Amino acid sequence: MTQERIDLSRGSNDVGTIGDRVARYVFFACASLSVITTVAIILVLIEGSMDFFSHVSLVEFLTGTNWSPRIRPRSYGVLPLIYGTLLITAGSALIALPVGTLTAIYLSEYADPQVRRTVKPVLEVLAGVPTIVYGFFALSFITPILQRIYPETGTFNAAAGAIVVGIMIIPMVSSLSEDAMSSVPDDLRQAAYGLGATRLEVSTQVVFPASISGVVAAYILAISRAIGETMAVSLAAGMLPQITTNPFEPIQTMTAYMVQIGTGDVSVGSIGYQSLFAVGLTLFIMTFSMNIFSMWVRSRYREEYQ
Amino acid sequence: MSTDTTRSKYEFDGSAIRRKRLLGKVFLGACLAATMVGIVALIALLADVAYEAWGWLTIEFLTYPPSNLIENYNPANYGGLETGPGGIYPALIGSIYLIALTAVFTLFLGVGAAIYLEEYAPDTRFTSFIEANISNLAGVPSIVYGLLGLAMFARALQMGSSLIAGALTLTLLILPIVIVSSQEALRAVPDSMRRASYGAGATKWQTIRNVVLPEAVPGIMTGIILSLSRAIGETAPILMVGAATMMFRPPYSPTGAFSAMPMQIFEWATLPEAEFQHVTAAGIVVLLTILLLMNAVAIFIRNKYDRRT
Repeated sequence: MTQERIDLSRGSNDVGTIGDRVARYVFFACASLSVITTVAIILVLIEGSMDFFSHVSLVEFLTGTNWSPRIRPRSYGVLPLIYGTLLITAGSALIALPVGTLTAIYLSEYADPQVRRTVKPVLEVLAGVPTIVYGFFALSFITPILQRIYPETGTFNAAAGAIVVGIMIIPMVSSLSEDAMSSVPDDLRQAAYGLGATRLEVSTQVVFPASISGVVAAYILAISRAIGETMAVSLAAGMLPQITTNPFEPIQTMTAYMVQIGTGDVSVGSIGYQSLFAVGLTLFIMTFSMNIFSMWVRSRYREEYQ
Repeated sequence: MSTDTTRSKYEFDGSAIRRKRLLGKVFLGACLAATMVGIVALIALLADVAYEAWGWLTIEFLTYPPSNLIENYNPANYGGLETGPGGIYPALIGSIYLIALTAVFTLFLGVGAAIYLEEYAPDTRFTSFIEANISNLAGVPSIVYGLLGLAMFARALQMGSSLIAGALTLTLLILPIVIVSSQEALRAVPDSMRRASYGAGATKWQTIRNVVLPEAVPGIMTGIILSLSRAIGETAPILMVGAATMMFRPPYSPTGAFSAMPMQIFEWATLPEAEFQHVTAAGIVVLLTILLLMNAVAIFIRNKYDRRT
């Protein structure tokens, strides 16, 4: 009779029956799938873009200010799409960052626990609403209001898109920032109150700076989400790629262009099909680097409290 | 004279305190107003959708195929219609099939990955690479998953714009969230239970199967249902895979064409006639109702099995 040593530490407890070994490999395969997905995304995007860039020079793509892939003379300058995306992103950040931060300060520093327990999930419902619903909301509610204030507003306009994306990402900012602020230890607050600080001073000069890494990480994630947002901006902001400073005119974001091509019948190998991947790759690089940046901020500037 | 200067030296604080109090009140007001922005926006959104859908959401809307004619949707016209009223039925059934398929894939892959990371994974760089990779995938825009689905499932694996290609795309999309929530559920199982099982002579796989998993099931289910309720509202990925914008009968096989509620809603929303706004809103009410029901089930499971209460 052999004595089997059972090691209770993680990683090496499978005793050696076939079932144990099979289970380990099956589960490992499941976990590896996430790595495979990442590799597949990158390969698919690069492969499709390679075809595109064999027809269109990278320089023209990155510096051209005219995007007209469907109407002759064809032109593939991606800048109007990037501009549209950044316009929506900046506008939505202008709404969501202050509103979300103040909400987080209220929930973490002022509200009593009962209020926090109700308000936080209510706000998180906003994050769970499908983005197509936000698109409808922009068309049927926000644009008419804008038209009443500023009659020149078109049916499709960048402002409505920015407002609606801003509302959508408020809960991301407020929820993650509130988590960061709540995890600031009470000792810091008590010390500040002991020195005679007011609640305003404690909130803005003690708690906010102490939670800055979490708050900034939340900002970056929210902005990254705004860049990748698709259905709301396709419906609200229009399909007209142009560089304009007037937010009441229609624009087109990178994602809205992809929707436009995706809903048309696009044949494999056509330059329209290939342009999907070039634009997709640009979008992926932008959001991916922001996600990495957010992770880096969180780990680099984390304040460790015991 | 000297008492006067001393008094003013200390009394000058009075105005400063008043100013600080005022500032504090203004700031609290700003915080409250900011909190209200989100709540008011949510109320406005729900009220707007409900107002537009009022009277247009009928039983016929749920049980008939869509139509390109706006007259067919108007409940006032139903009596005089030869074609029968227009509705959302094929997209509704399509969404249910889509979510059912996604649930099956997600259940195996997500829970499997979580079990590996929580129960098996050694503390190596590769493990932390997988973990970082998962949180990165959660931040990839959903339309990029759509491109992946289009190039890999629909084209390379020749599934076409089928229900199964859509379900696989949605599976990859929600997998990161499912893995993280399942990991939390597994982590919440006390180590003493694992030790007791080993002590009774069970192997690792037996311990996981008979002790850890049953204990973690409520938490895992809650996470999966919440992720699926997110998937049911996703438009961009299935749009890229090539879901039909309008289908007149429900999908009949996993390899066939399909439509889903968000696609149908998108199609209605882009139609120029103003009356389609009502149909769009009615579709949204159906979508939100299903979403709320799924959330309610998830909350019910969590509350029922939460041991801490």
